[in-house]
Amino acid sequence: MSDASINSQAQGGEAGFGDYFALLKPRVMSLVVFTAMVGLLAAPGGVHPFIAFCAVLFIAVGGGASGALNMWWDADIDQVMKRTASRPVPSGKVSGGEALAIGVTLSVFACVMLFLATNIVAAGLLAFTIFFYAVIYTMWLKRWTPQNIVIGGASGAFPPMIGWAAVTGGISIESVLMFLLIFMWTPPHFWALALFMNSDYEKAGVPMLTVTHGRRVTRNHILVYTILLAPIAVGAAFTSIGGPIYLTVSVVLNALFLLGAFKLWRRPEGQAEVDKYRAEKSFFGLSLMYLFLHFGAILAEAALKPYGLGGW
Amino acid sequence: MALQVEHELHKRRAGRNIGVGIVLVAFVAIVFGMTVVKVTTGGLGPKPAQTQGATE
Repeated sequence: MSDASINSQAQGGEAGFGDYFALLKPRVMSLVVFTAMVGLLAAPGGVHPFIAFCAVLFIAVGGGASGALNMWWDADIDQVMKRTASRPVPSGKVSGGEALAIGVTLSVFACVMLFLATNIVAAGLLAFTIFFYAVIYTMWLKRWTPQNIVIGGASGAFPPMIGWAAVTGGISIESVLMFLLIFMWTPPHFWALALFMNSDYEKAGVPMLTVTHGRRVTRNHILVYTILLAPIAVGAAFTSIGGPIYLTVSVVLNALFLLGAFKLWRRPEGQAEVDKYRAEKSFFGLSLMYLFLHFGAILAEAALKPYGLGGW
Repeated sequence: MALQVEHELHKRRAGRNIGVGIVLVAFVAIVFGMTVVKVTTGGLGPKPAQTQGATE
């Protein structure tokens, strides 16, 4: 579909339901749902299944609301970048004002409903997450510092902590470790993406590390964060969310991830250009598996616990 | 041609209205379900520690 056809639709003045749903960034929401669900199921005690369902739903709605606020604020950047140009606001399907209204309304709705369904700690953490993503990351850090991904990554790391708090009403070493797992994973994941999507960020004027400090520095950063991530990920195996399954999965994945980061670090830029960033793309794919399998292993430990198999 | 364009627009509008309708019905069902769970599990009453003596 060409831009012209998108705009002519917009001038019709009627966005479809799917356009409004797309404002909530469904793909990001799926990660939020998965990690929040794992945090909730791994927490000691447990809640009624319907309350658990509602809690995950409201966390997802809160995440979606912050996505809508992000699209409202970043419409100018999204318009320039190929990857984001077809989003509802830059393509003209939904107006900026509508995105703002939906974002604010759903944010308040999600926090209030999560409070009613669970407790004030979970609702407070959700409110802080939305604030962090929409204000601290989107409005402030993203256009200001090349460390935007590092600090902004915190907002994506909160969902398992919120899920945990929904059950326990508090914060513990396990929920902090789940937070840190995503927090430390985010920079290598996004910087690997930036290594082969550089031109998009450059065009939009987003100060990604690859744009401001170059690819060599980015490769160094990826290696450092991957090294720092490993003890956190493996260390979680020795808490109540871990167990033999998690430990095995984590050791294997961290060995692969470290090896991948080391390969990226050693790679000369010319070689990457020649093979069209094959290693970078494969490291990016591995990073997706890395997070999914870590949380999958936590889920497996929690699921096996009632049968006396999960955990230590 | 003009009729077709208008028809498409109406279809999109109808889809949106149905979508919003489903969301509202789902919201009512969720609030109802949450209320039932909270009432039946004592989630709306005082904390279990406070009621322990009274129930036993």
